[in-house]
Amino acid sequence: MSPLTFFPLAALIVACALGVILNLHPIRSALCLAMTLFLMAVMFVFLDAHLVAALQVIVYAGAILVLFLFVIMLLNLEADLPQKRRRVLTMAASAIGVVFALLSLRPLFFPGGALPGPGFDAAVPAEFGTATGIGELLFTRYVLPFEITGVLLLVAVLGAVVLAKKKLV
Amino acid sequence: MLVEILIILIKVLAVLGMVMPMAGLLGWIERKGSALIHDRIGANRASIFGFAGAGLVNTLMADPLKFATKEDVIPRGADRLLHTLAPCVNLFPVLVAFAVLPFGDVLLVGDREINLQIAPLGIGVMYVLAMMSLGVYGVVLGGWASNNRWSLLGGIRGSAQMISYELPMGLAVVAMILTYGTLDLQEMARAQGQLLWGWLPAWGILYQPLAFLIFLVAGIAESKRIPFDLPESEAELISGYFTEYSGMKHLMFFMTDFVEVVIVSALVATLFFGGWQVPYLFASGFVFPGGATIDLPNLVVVLLQMASFTFKIIFFCWFQIMIRWTIPRFRYDQLMHLGWLGLLPLGFVNIVATAIIIMVRQ
Repeated sequence: MSPLTFFPLAALIVACALGVILNLHPIRSALCLAMTLFLMAVMFVFLDAHLVAALQVIVYAGAILVLFLFVIMLLNLEADLPQKRRRVLTMAASAIGVVFALLSLRPLFFPGGALPGPGFDAAVPAEFGTATGIGELLFTRYVLPFEITGVLLLVAVLGAVVLAKKKLV
Repeated sequence: MLVEILIILIKVLAVLGMVMPMAGLLGWIERKGSALIHDRIGANRASIFGFAGAGLVNTLMADPLKFATKEDVIPRGADRLLHTLAPCVNLFPVLVAFAVLPFGDVLLVGDREINLQIAPLGIGVMYVLAMMSLGVYGVVLGGWASNNRWSLLGGIRGSAQMISYELPMGLAVVAMILTYGTLDLQEMARAQGQLLWGWLPAWGILYQPLAFLIFLVAGIAESKRIPFDLPESEAELISGYFTEYSGMKHLMFFMTDFVEVVIVSALVATLFFGGWQVPYLFASGFVFPGGATIDLPNLVVVLLQMASFTFKIIFFCWFQIMIRWTIPRFRYDQLMHLGWLGLLPLGFVNIVATAIIIMVRQ
């Protein structure tokens, strides 16, 4: 991925992410989140991870975020928190955010330090990002985390069914 | 480099130049066809020097002109930005979804091989699903940003319906992926060029009739037309999520529905009816089961393939319009029942059965 595409795209993603927390209206926040996730998918495309990009759009932008919107629209939320509490929360959240940003940029503060990762002009293996490549990794090297995630999701689904059923009785 | 960009541009223009007029033509088929079904005359007023072209002047020239010159109204209290954005967000994903649909095999120009598909993506059909899953945003936004209760109801119904029917659609596609062993639509279309027992074209519908049914029903539901038009249902919601739209924005919502009809037809044709395949037509020309052959130059073969694909798309568009004017609207509970209790379990059963058959045959 060339820096010429990375930096504008990254800036856009950060701008959209800021839009999520700075917008006062929940619907606009949710839409900014959708844009962020969609642009992340674009980033994945430039990183040759086509399958992950498609899944990102289908699952997050196309399904989960729509559910968010659905709920927000039904509740018709307006200003959510009292002014004073919001100010306190903003301060606390900003402080935590700055700390995390500094932590993740930590290597840059040492002389000769660089961020981890292969860099902009790294070569990509042939199978990288394809359905075959990811499938093979999931069923060989990462089979245990993959299965555990499956079980976790199953538990979550069962929990959702139980919670939804309770109301009917 | 420049030549390659030029080739891609020509392909993009060719596909858009086919899809957009086809969507317009569908408007004509819809109006005159429904008139035929209703035993009335239908659009016949607009004419140029007495030439009405069986309503073509009306639907292809007068109507767009009318839409273009109408006042663009944004209701008071509406979210102006999102209200304007919604029709664009609605139309964009369905148009770009055409990028991975193959409309022919390989065209030879000089010593250059041109793959007749705008973007040969490895994830092919997943990309189409991703784009179609984004289509719901236009509906939700249009419904919410209009500051109108009918619109909001339409938007909520639309999002619920589109999410519900995306699942069976995806499951039907998964069955096809299992059958062909690839995600690339061009590879799928090529795989359907083989012959079963030496005479029967190996089209997808022969392997997966159930997936075809699921996909077609879910596809029609995705385009939000009768019998699945609860998001619009003009008798109770005025016009649903685009009640508060006029002029070109209204036309864009209108177009989206038709383009969705076209893309569902194109997907059905590609996944289940051989895509651009013409029975017994191979790269060198026709080879009939009896042994007779007709040699054809590459250009003729490609043109025949494109004509075949176009014909299949038009057939399924016509089929969807017939359904739209034949079947009454579902009730909301029937819609949800069909989606979650009918198509979804069927889709799962189909996938498991397909997987078992593939396992056994290996």
